[in-house]
Amino acid sequence: MAFIELKNVRIAGIAAGVPKRIEHTKDNPGISSEYDVDEFIKSTGVEQRRYDDIHTTSDLCCAAAERLIEDLGWDKNEIEALIFVTQSPDYLTPATACIVQDRLGLSKECYASEVELGCSGWVYGLSHVASLMTTGCIKKALLMAGDAKFIMPIPDPLASNAGTVTALEYEEGNEGFKFHFGTDGSGWDAIYIPDGGGRNGVSAKSLELEEVNGRMMCRLQSRMNGMDVFAFAISTAPKSIKKAMEHFGKTFDDIDYCILHQANLQIDEVIRGKLKLPEEKVPYSLRKFANTSSATIPITINTELRGKIENKRTRFVCCGFGIGLSWGTVIFDTENIVLSELVEI
Amino acid sequence: MDIKEFINNFAEQFDDLDAATLTPETEYMALDDWNSLVALSVIAMIDEEYDVTLKGNDIREAKTIEGLYNTVCQKM
Repeated sequence: MAFIELKNVRIAGIAAGVPKRIEHTKDNPGISSEYDVDEFIKSTGVEQRRYDDIHTTSDLCCAAAERLIEDLGWDKNEIEALIFVTQSPDYLTPATACIVQDRLGLSKECYASEVELGCSGWVYGLSHVASLMTTGCIKKALLMAGDAKFIMPIPDPLASNAGTVTALEYEEGNEGFKFHFGTDGSGWDAIYIPDGGGRNGVSAKSLELEEVNGRMMCRLQSRMNGMDVFAFAISTAPKSIKKAMEHFGKTFDDIDYCILHQANLQIDEVIRGKLKLPEEKVPYSLRKFANTSSATIPITINTELRGKIENKRTRFVCCGFGIGLSWGTVIFDTENIVLSELVEI
Repeated sequence: MDIKEFINNFAEQFDDLDAATLTPETEYMALDDWNSLVALSVIAMIDEEYDVTLKGNDIREAKTIEGLYNTVCQKM
């Protein structure tokens, strides 16, 4: 059982960067040869997404980080660790985390590393950062998480671009984070990009279009077995949340907000129903920001709870689940959290 | 559980489909209104009503409503 508790670390603030460009789902009538746009919106909840083919994940994360560091009044030289969670790096090598250290002007005395996870990535990233900080060796760190411009554009209107930054700081005595994690690699091909890695490489065939789930796409674009992902999500996510709550002796009455990975509305509503949680405890950002991979949990906290939680102690349970297959649940409290205005570039 | 109840639950996953038009032998993937979004609703219904988690292949391979019913029964 992968339960982990990491104390003495708190979230100081969260910021999110998105492309200015808004794509309305309704403007995309040829969404699939299988169903029409109204059915798609009813099922997924996605009315619009933020999408352009200009900004990379690091562009969005850096813009958000500049804003958050200013809002927090932090000195960049104090930031000693940076974890970058993405599946859309600037280059295949080197790690984007290294590029971002320099670009943000962080000290060279900086621990920087990458996590290649998607929907579960923010929760995993939190555990990486909190592990580094729990003993007090590192006092301030940044967790960047998101996905944006991939090697090839994603034709799926469910996928949206965002780069988030979560600022963490050491605070002796803080209850910190309580985690549950799981992995089922037998579902590795439920969501994947067939070509471009060491297994298949890139060839002329990689660019040939083929029909996948009613859409034409090539082998450098992400494809999904929707039914397998759906079945996995509605069964695994509620179990992980319940396990974490039970293991750490918490009840849903103790929880102010349950933030789910914004997979799609249908999945999240099934999970909410299984947990018997009222609507007001489970905010959604997916109508406006769609599914932003590892960014969905922090962007939901940032955009849906800004102005509501900053001044009071607030208890969260958050669950990320998806590509891998991989999942993680985290329980934590916030107090005096800084939620920066949305950064649009 | 019985197959009549299963057929009623199955029909409810469509926007506008009379359960009386369905039989155990109905090949559901050939229905005009069948699509991948309906398939997700069927998976959710089976998860909720019968506490069984199906995979995409179960839906594709069962072909008929009775075939799917049998798959669910085996996994219960």
